[in-house]
Amino acid sequence: MTEELTTEETENGDGGNEAPKKPLATSFDLQAEYEGSHIQDTLDQLDKELVGLDPVKARIREIAALLLVSKARRELGLETEPPTLHMSFTGNPGTGKTTVGLRMADILHKLGYVRQGHMVSVTRDDLVGQYIGHTAPKTREVIKKAMGGVLFIDEAYYLYRPENERDYGQEAIEILLQVMENNRDDLVVVLAGYADKMEIFFRSNPGFRSRIAHHLEFPDYSKGELHEIAQLMMENQSYKFSDEAQEVLREYITLRMTQSHFANARSIRNAIDRAKLRQANRLFDDRSGKPLDRDALMTIEASDIQASRIFTM
Amino acid sequence: MKLTQGTFSFLPDLTDDEIKAQIQYAMDQGWALNVEYTDDPHPRNTYWELWCQPMFDTTDPAAVMMEVAECRKVYGNMYIKVNSFDNTRGRETVSMSFIVNRPKDEPGFGVSREESHGRNIRYRIHSYATDKPEGRRYE
Repeated sequence: MTEELTTEETENGDGGNEAPKKPLATSFDLQAEYEGSHIQDTLDQLDKELVGLDPVKARIREIAALLLVSKARRELGLETEPPTLHMSFTGNPGTGKTTVGLRMADILHKLGYVRQGHMVSVTRDDLVGQYIGHTAPKTREVIKKAMGGVLFIDEAYYLYRPENERDYGQEAIEILLQVMENNRDDLVVVLAGYADKMEIFFRSNPGFRSRIAHHLEFPDYSKGELHEIAQLMMENQSYKFSDEAQEVLREYITLRMTQSHFANARSIRNAIDRAKLRQANRLFDDRSGKPLDRDALMTIEASDIQASRIFTM
Repeated sequence: MKLTQGTFSFLPDLTDDEIKAQIQYAMDQGWALNVEYTDDPHPRNTYWELWCQPMFDTTDPAAVMMEVAECRKVYGNMYIKVNSFDNTRGRETVSMSFIVNRPKDEPGFGVSREESHGRNIRYRIHSYATDKPEGRRYE
């Protein structure tokens, strides 16, 4: 996959023939540019806030480096076109695809690749219309909103419904492909979804595959990583686990992972939400006139997690 | 005869970069934009045909430029203008309106006078282009 990164560079290797307007720089201070873009802050934040996902982080670093070098090359007149950055994110539910999409918009903005740095997240419903002539304006509307930023299409494979040949999804796909080609410097399209369905989608729409240079795969989280994620979520919401609760949580994660409909970080978030509910209920039930202190309000006890359905199944 | 209507009408035609800069300005003010076209250049023809839906939530000028380009492709030999709408309470009106495309050949206007009661004179401005039916005026 890494060799795809360089295709753009070799294509434009000898630069444009037209005379440049301003005199070309003869050197480029990569370090100064790197510091000026504050890209390291975003990458650090990414490291801190996203647990695991090492291959994804490595890939983002590569893309950041590519953009920085491509900027340098443009400055020296070696390259005229900015690289294509449409991406696909594949991975199981709850592996952080949307979160990384948001970060990506921020990174691309810091590196000056997109002008506004916002992300518009859509699904099939936002793109495909319900009657003839409804789809094109709807899709264009969404695309216009996303211009200058990132268009994140969640579960992109639902756009293509081979079982219904009159499905309007095909129309949306055609408009998207056209925009991905013609408005390359105006927006970045990210297609996200589950790996197997995405593979089928790409196979039946070769136009998409050829326009997408970067395929990022989001691995499932390990037990330890899920625990870390839970910890991080709690900290952000000013909650904490008691020591026994930590142990029970570990057990909970192990059990939950074997169950159906396990959605990685999303399942953990839901578990925490339910634990918070039980904690509130517990505090409410044994009120004894004694005022609650900070610690009591913050702590999730083992019993709050133990009450989960998982332990009785 | 070059039609002069709206903002910047006495400047030379705006280049695409200048149009983009003006759209950016309108967006910075929080105004919504739309694109309209017509083949009737009469100054009192206020309501032109709407090209696409008005753009309320767009944040980048490239989106409006894309619609302008599309509209030029279809109605390249008509008048196209970009309007911005200020929805501030109490203002609620078009804040900027400028022509971004015009026919190659603009025949101009004729003035005719009509004598009415009490030797009053009424003036009528008539665009030569509108002698032909709609859609065939600038062929």
